[in-house]
Amino acid sequence: MNVLNYVHAFFSDSSHWHGYDGIPTRLWEHVQYSLEALAYAAGIGLPVGLITGHYGRGGNTLALIATAGRALPSFGLLVLMFIWLGFGMLPVMIPLVILAVPPILVTTYEAMRSVDPSPVDAARGMGMPESRVLFQVELPVALPLILSGLRSAAIQIVSTATIAAYVSLGGLGRYIIDGLYQKNYEKVVGGATLVAAMALATLGIFWAVQRLTVSPGVRRG
Amino acid sequence: MIRIDSVTKRYPDGTVAVDRLSLEIPDRSITVFVGPSGCGKTTTLRMINRMVEPSEGRILLDGADIHAQPVNTLRRSMGYVIQNAGLFQHRTIIDNIATVPRLLGWNKQKARSRAAELMERVGLDSALAKRYPYQLSGGQQQRVGVARALAADPPVLLMDEPFSAVDPVVRKGLQDELLRIQDELGKTIVFVTHDIDEAIKLGTMVAVMRTGGHLAQYAPPAELLTDPADAFVEDFLGADRGIRRLSFFPSAALELQTAPIVAIDTDAARLGARAAADAPYLLVTDLDGRPLGWGEPRNLTAGSIRPEQLIPYGRPFVPGRDSLRAALDGSVLSPTGWAVAVDGEGRAVGVVSQQVIGAAIRTAHAEGRDDAKVGG
Repeated sequence: MNVLNYVHAFFSDSSHWHGYDGIPTRLWEHVQYSLEALAYAAGIGLPVGLITGHYGRGGNTLALIATAGRALPSFGLLVLMFIWLGFGMLPVMIPLVILAVPPILVTTYEAMRSVDPSPVDAARGMGMPESRVLFQVELPVALPLILSGLRSAAIQIVSTATIAAYVSLGGLGRYIIDGLYQKNYEKVVGGATLVAAMALATLGIFWAVQRLTVSPGVRRG
Repeated sequence: MIRIDSVTKRYPDGTVAVDRLSLEIPDRSITVFVGPSGCGKTTTLRMINRMVEPSEGRILLDGADIHAQPVNTLRRSMGYVIQNAGLFQHRTIIDNIATVPRLLGWNKQKARSRAAELMERVGLDSALAKRYPYQLSGGQQQRVGVARALAADPPVLLMDEPFSAVDPVVRKGLQDELLRIQDELGKTIVFVTHDIDEAIKLGTMVAVMRTGGHLAQYAPPAELLTDPADAFVEDFLGADRGIRRLSFFPSAALELQTAPIVAIDTDAARLGARAAADAPYLLVTDLDGRPLGWGEPRNLTAGSIRPEQLIPYGRPFVPGRDSLRAALDGSVLSPTGWAVAVDGEGRAVGVVSQQVIGAAIRTAHAEGRDDAKVGG
């Protein structure tokens, strides 16, 4: 049996399409974990990146934090948090957020730094308040790069959120971990395929968001 | 009136950008700050809208310290144009121009209709309104920059090397456009440039600054050319300031001769009479009176004058509109040494020799400065 047969067998088995262990349930759980982690990471990374980038200070500190964050193994962190904090969402969220903050933070900072200084100077010289300079002059131009940081963070979260299953939670990781334990490779391959599909869907969503939010003057066709 | 009152800008590292500068910028005129890089001209400009705060001294706007009002209120009352225009690339042209009216709380429709008016005033096609900055040429972008600065009709316009980044032909167009707009609007314009020719062309008053933030001379351009304060100013003005100064002398007083002008269909009798006069050359015109070229009387035969046998007549000048510089230029360019004067439609109204122009220049010098500025 090759991989495609596994995939076919997994998706054509009707018992995989309903119930608490059905594909819709697991998919929805996975989406929830991912969105939650991305929301926390963006909630930390975006404001810090925007402010430090706007004022042009703290670049070195950010680089240090980002390197440290990237060096931490998500799986090791999960086990550690599980031992410390016990069962629950928190031990899963912490490694996911730590994984996602660096790309958001660093690209947001870099995006803000790379904005052409002359429109910013013109805006200040015309009497634009500082908050408007940030949100109406710098942010719209920095947006494509900021979105690319969010996108890579989102993709990393989607693929790493499978570890939630290791500490008895749901999500698509359930299929992979249970499948490995039961030596049911059809399930493993099916779960992995779903994760990959969801990562692709994430790319598609970010492409659409970019089309909708980035000005044609910045996108340049 | 803007009064700069012994203003000094010293940076924390000890560099002095502007050193005890004092001068008055008259209303409704163009005051140009010019000097080499590092002379503090841009710093001075940026202190007027408080983009840079002076270390010492103060700046008064109509008698009141510029610190008397909130900084953003002050800045919204002064148009600001910078090099490379500094347009917002995510906004359309019309929304770029509408920026300050929107900041002042105008509604979108009113701000946009004002912006459309401004586009027309600075010579931008209304078809560009919905374009984005990257779709415009450098010269067009700079026009948008000027329109944006004028949008809320501020009494003061600050321009920081606005035309430095465009090519010379476009720059000349933008300068002429600025002078035309200034004729219509009468703003108090403070203009920074490193180009002395631009300063002389645009300035009602020119402040020449030298490295270290010192004012070397503050004078109308004609006075600057006539009477440079010191060797630095003289050197900065360049080698041909005598010729350039002629731009400030009108050509209207030149005594024109009409005797040497003949039409191409002239008859033998007239040709003979003209040739008998002491003019060594005759200016042949077409039937409408437009100059064709010079001919020596003995080489011209009535009824068979061919334009291609004539000597080129150089560049004609328009008495009253052009300066003595244009007249002199015309006579130097013409191989015969005679300049051709034409009317607004290009019809020859007279000719004048280098000797007569030279005499006019000496008379003009003798009469002293003539501040009446004419193009040329």
